[in-house]
Amino acid sequence: MAKFKKKGGKSTPSINTASLPDIVFMLLFFFMVTTVIRDASLKVRVQTPNATEIQKLEKKSLVSYIYIGPPNSEALRKTFGTEPRIQLNDSYASLNDIPQFIEMERKARDEREVPLMTTSLKVDKETKMGIVSDVKQELRKLNALKINYSTKKGGLKDN
Amino acid sequence: MAKKKSRSTPEINAGSMADIAFLLLIFFIVATTMDVDSGITTKLPPMPEDEQQDDSEIKDRNVFTVLVNANDQILVEGNWEDIRNMRKLAKDFVANPQQKANLSENPQVAVISLQNDRGTSYNMYIQVQNELKAAYNELRDEASRSKFGKLFADLSDDQRQEIQEMYPIKISEAEPKDVSKSN
Repeated sequence: MAKFKKKGGKSTPSINTASLPDIVFMLLFFFMVTTVIRDASLKVRVQTPNATEIQKLEKKSLVSYIYIGPPNSEALRKTFGTEPRIQLNDSYASLNDIPQFIEMERKARDEREVPLMTTSLKVDKETKMGIVSDVKQELRKLNALKINYSTKKGGLKDN
Repeated sequence: MAKKKSRSTPEINAGSMADIAFLLLIFFIVATTMDVDSGITTKLPPMPEDEQQDDSEIKDRNVFTVLVNANDQILVEGNWEDIRNMRKLAKDFVANPQQKANLSENPQVAVISLQNDRGTSYNMYIQVQNELKAAYNELRDEASRSKFGKLFADLSDDQRQEIQEMYPIKISEAEPKDVSKSN
């Protein structure tokens, strides 16, 4: 009896933590790869509608975003009202700014990739179609024909 | 002897490696947005080069007119309809299994014409788009299952093209009213 007692002392054996950095690095690389850092701070409220027939947006680098929705903070509402507005990059824009925006987006990419570029419209669901039609019309003029209406996954009843 | 000893690099204490890695890890966990962007993908029609009218005539029976007004009410082929019936109506129109005289002649010539008011809510617009797309997707799935025994998404490129030619998605959005009114 005494023999056993002596060996299995109360002190816990220390765990070898040498592989801990490896594990953490593995996780780190996973998150680094999957991270998409949001590049624009939103100034409009965008609650996208639900839809079932959705497709994933491939090739994030070829997507340019146009946000449409009402101003999302009290301070902004005071200056800009509650009407839906267009946001390009970091600031509010008007319809006339879209050609320049698309031109800049195109310049930033390789020439061969331009036909593959997609414009993602992130539009609040309470927005009226008038402003959306205007934007679409503008995109047609610019020959930026591939568009994606950003939606969440969900059925009819979720709306 | 002494010289030799100084050349051997002193061991760097790697104990803080884990801390550094954790710091970075936490940063990236916080910065990660996991939700993938997804949505309904469509292609806008190109702008007409000049004001010439499209002279290819489309028979009335091959056009499925959907109108949405500012109150989000839907008029399908002249009748008030609920959004829930849209998918079935669109499917019937495109496929026309009973060869009715008022529905499309065949899926290749069927055109869905969608017109909305400037006051229509975006939500309703997306719902209608979604239902119309769903109708086509269901038809394509049915066709590919009966032909190849697989879902449309699982087909090879050639097979997919065949089905796409069987059921070409032709959803025409009428332009806003201030621009020339086509179809």
